[in-house]
This record gives sequence, C-alpha cells and structure tokens, in this order.
Amino acid sequence: MKFAFYPGCVARGAGPELFDSAVAVMDRLGIEWVEMKGAACTGAGVLQEKDQKLGDTLNIRTLAMAEKMGLPILTICSTCQGVLSQADYRVRRDPEYLKELNAKIADEGLSYSAQTTVKHLLWVLIEDVGIERLKETFVKELAGVNFAPFYGCYIVRPSDALMFDEHPERQDSLETVIEAVGANVTDFPGKTACCGFPILFINQRNSLRMVSNHTGTARDLGADAMVTPCPLCHLNLDGYQPKARRQNRRDKADLPIIHLPQMLGLAMGIDGKQLGLGKHIVQTKDITRRIKAIPSAR
Amino acid sequence: MQANLKVKRHDPETMRPGDSSWDDFELELHPQSTVLDALIHVREEVDPTLALRCACRASICGSCGMRVNGEAKLVCKTRLAEVVSEDGPVVIEPMGNQPVIKDLVVSLDPFFDKVRQVDAYLQPESEPDSGEFIASNDSMVNLLTAMNCIMCGACVSDCTVLEVDSQFIGPAALAKAWRFVEDPRDDVRSERLRELNDQDGGIWDCTRCFKCVEVCPKDVAPMQRIMELREAAIEDGNRNTPGYRHTNSFSKSVRKHGRLDETRLAVESAGLMNVPRLIDLAEIGLRSVLKGKLPPLRPHKAVGHEKIKGLFDDSERESGR
Repeated sequence: MKFAFYPGCVARGAGPELFDSAVAVMDRLGIEWVEMKGAACTGAGVLQEKDQKLGDTLNIRTLAMAEKMGLPILTICSTCQGVLSQADYRVRRDPEYLKELNAKIADEGLSYSAQTTVKHLLWVLIEDVGIERLKETFVKELAGVNFAPFYGCYIVRPSDALMFDEHPERQDSLETVIEAVGANVTDFPGKTACCGFPILFINQRNSLRMVSNHTGTARDLGADAMVTPCPLCHLNLDGYQPKARRQNRRDKADLPIIHLPQMLGLAMGIDGKQLGLGKHIVQTKDITRRIKAIPSAR
Repeated sequence: MQANLKVKRHDPETMRPGDSSWDDFELELHPQSTVLDALIHVREEVDPTLALRCACRASICGSCGMRVNGEAKLVCKTRLAEVVSEDGPVVIEPMGNQPVIKDLVVSLDPFFDKVRQVDAYLQPESEPDSGEFIASNDSMVNLLTAMNCIMCGACVSDCTVLEVDSQFIGPAALAKAWRFVEDPRDDVRSERLRELNDQDGGIWDCTRCFKCVEVCPKDVAPMQRIMELREAAIEDGNRNTPGYRHTNSFSKSVRKHGRLDETRLAVESAGLMNVPRLIDLAEIGLRSVLKGKLPPLRPHKAVGHEKIKGLFDDSERESGR
C-alpha cells in the first residue's frame, strides 16, 4: 500500500502536529508514502474565486505528478480532498478542458490522463486498510470516551465530485472510524456544517459564532472532544474557541479538538507528545489522562 | 411499502414561537410514493390538522420545500424509497432559517425581502429604439442556471451563514442578483456590484460551504454564482474589502512560494493599517508560539515553485489582467 502523500499547506505550516501524527499512524499501518514536495497548494477554493481555471491547472498538475509516480494520492486535509476532487471531476467530464489544461503543464513533461485517485486518510482507512486490519493495530480501546465528529465541508460536498454514489460508506466514514477505536459517537447536527474558517479573516463575528455553536452543542450533547479530518476546521475550532466562547458568552469549558490521526494514534498507544497533543490551544489533557487509565486491550 | 414518519409540529395557537412537538405516523403506501404523497395521506386520512404547503406536485412551483432527514428538499420530488432507512423514521421538519407559521409551513416574507433588496428587475438607462430590448441567445444561455430558480427557499433553509447572521443576503437573492449583473440589457452593473461588495451581509460573507449547491433542486448552484459575483466585483475595481485582500494575499502567496503562507494571509487580510485586528492576531500568534506551533517565519515553499509562478504568469497573460 503506497501513496503519493499530499499533506497540504496547514499540516506543513500552522498545524505541524497533524503531519507528525499522520506519519506516525501511517507507519503503524504499514502505509508507504512519498511526499509530493513539488505540488502546489490546491487554492482551497479561495484562488478559485479569482480564477477557477488557474486553480484547476495547479490541481491537474498535482494529479499528473502522482500519475507519473504511478501512485494514488493520499491527503490528510478535507479541503485539499475536496478541491482536488472538484478539479478532477470537472476534467473527467470535459476532455477538451483537460486537453487545454494539459497543454499548460506539458513543458514540465506532465500530462494527466485521469487515471489516478485522491483519497483522504479517512477513506483509505476504510477502503484500503480495512476496518478489521485497522483494529488490529489498536492496543487501547477508547471505550467510554465520547467523540463528536466534525467533517469539514469539502469532504462531504459537493457529493457528486466526491463520488458518494459509488462510495456510500464515505458519508459516515468518520463515525465508522470513531466506533472502530471503541469510542462513542456524539452525533450532532453541525457535524457537516461550516466551521467558519473561510470567513475568519473576513467576518470574524460570524466565524466565531459558528465555532461557538458547534463546540457548545457538542459539549451539551455530552462530547468529551471533537475529532476532525480537516486542519482548517482544527485551526478555527481549536485556535479561536477561547475567543469565540468570550464573544458569545458561553460559560462551558472549551472542548478539545483532536485531529483524526491523533485519535488513531491514541488507540495505537503512540505517545501523546509524538502525536503533538500538547500543541493545541484547547488543552487535551483530560482526554489523554482518561485514555492512559484505560488498560491495554491486549 | 411501509414508512414511518416523524413530523415536527408547531401550533401557533397553543405554542410560543420556536416551540414544537413531534408526531409519529406509520403508513402503508405505494412504493413509488413521494414524501409529499405521504404527508397528504396523513392530512387526508389520519390527522386533518397537519399544515403543509404544496401546489403543482411536479417540482415547478417551489411550494413544498421542507427538511427531510435534516436536509432541505422539495418533497414532491423526493421519493420515500430514497429516504427511508432501517435505522429510524423519516424525519420531516419545516425549512430552517425561516419563521414557522404552522407545522411544515414557513413564512417566505424574509425570503422575498432579500430578493427585493437586490433590485431584482432590469434597469436599462434608456428606452429601446423600437419595440422591445433584444438580447442574443448567446448572451442569455449563461444565465440559464440562475433563471432556473423556482424560489423554493431550500438554499436559504440550509445556508450555514444565515444560521448565525440573518443579515446575510443569502444564496437565493445573491444568485438572483448575479442574474441581473450578467444580463446584457441592464445598465447599472457597476452600481449593483459595488453595493453587493460593500454592504454588510454581501457577497464576501459566504463561507463557500456548498450546502446551497447540494440542496438546490434546480441546479442553480447559488454558491458558484456568488463566486462569480466576487470575481466580477474585483474586476470592476472593488478592492476595499477584507474579502478581496484575503483572496489577493492567498493568490500572491501561492504564486510566490507554491504554498500558502498563513502568517502573511492573516496579516494582509486584516489590512496593514488595521491596528486592533493586528493586535488580536498577535495575541493568537503568541499563544500558538507558546504551544510550539507557529507557522515558520520563512514560508515553506514547494520544490520547483518557479514552475508554479509560470502558470500564474500564463493565466494573467491569457486573461489580460
């Protein structure tokens, strides 16, 4: 099982703990990876506001690079997943458009023939590793811990580009993985909503209302932590939660926000420090303490 | 087929606004039945007090928007078979972000107030020389997406911004605004764009969450229309918003390094003269430093990023920007 690894800008920038925990977890799972160091940012939908074709060109270039490596792409960012999938979806439906974009990357010796795939680690766990094999890597059962899932918009919409018809299991993949680690799912209506990050620098008041609503609702429903496959959601829900709580006069304690690979790493018995659990704005000690107290499953 | 419905009820005569209760109905229906068929069956055979709105039953009139299993849909277009599951009943609620009048009927007043707000009518500067204004087929084909809107309110129901800010103009009215911005017979394009760009609740407040694209029963893709409005507003010279600075800074960063420079993005979006916002960022930045997770001061770069810059140059040459 080998992938062209596309970590995304945040895992390589403001969220180093995501990169570290993902690598640790992939090693335990026997996933081989080669980082795509020459690939561009996907544009995150922002670049596309100004120039969709340019955004698509950058993403077709990334897909072509993976194709040249003979590997499918693995990402650890919901936003990267979505934006790459959307570009892929557009060119697969329009061969003329693909030809036009391929001409732009030809001088690098690249050409995309729509043969590769892009998969978030979340989907790889289910579709490639398999839940049963995943469970074999766990030494701790996180029984009794309540995790609220938070997907990030671009890994759930638009559903046609994400091929939900062919892969219906993707729709509740995060709940599936939370259950696999033996934890409880705290289902809540905001799990597929927007975290507010895209407007953080544009309309902070609205952005922080979203943060406060989601974390507050999950808390009220009994969540001990929230788990997300999206580093942008993490930046907002974790980094701005204290400020959001003050703005919206919520008196409940802040809710720890955990990256997906960190949750897996805890179940695999990987050290919290290696998983970067000390690098969060909202402390994760309550969670790690509870998990330490759990006797090993085997 | 058997279907279990769980229907949200609100009776304005006995309940306060916002209060509700749930009723369960077990029905035996034809396998081809729609959710609307099921609700009409309830009203006619089981509980005549159930309030719902519908007219054409053929997804043309846009009257029967409701939330089914948490997502806005036209119930006349939704077959029961698509939404029943073994896990539980089909949950039917009134649309979100709009005041409930009774049971499944919401008030569309706020919806149409927003549509009025964007002056959804043509404003030519002069009379046509003779007869009527003629627009070529080519110039109108582009508008078909937005013209398909049947004003059902599904996009408004599930909009994640309206959920926190009722001032946002919202997906339906902004898609309508785009339709007039792009209409060749309209003569106030710049004024429209300036207003949509400048006002609170305008085009830059959308989070690009794709909810409206997903739930629209007519493929209007309101969010895509909002993105086109942003592009048009920028091209028309509107560069005074955090939204523009954000997009511009993002683009500059990817052009230069092939990657996003988060620190620069935060500072440039705030605006270099916006002292309170910069202090605020410094606070968050400091907290991140203490946790050992500030982005590197020297931005990370993609290997061979000059190739990426070349693609930006090509694109600019092509569009003449």
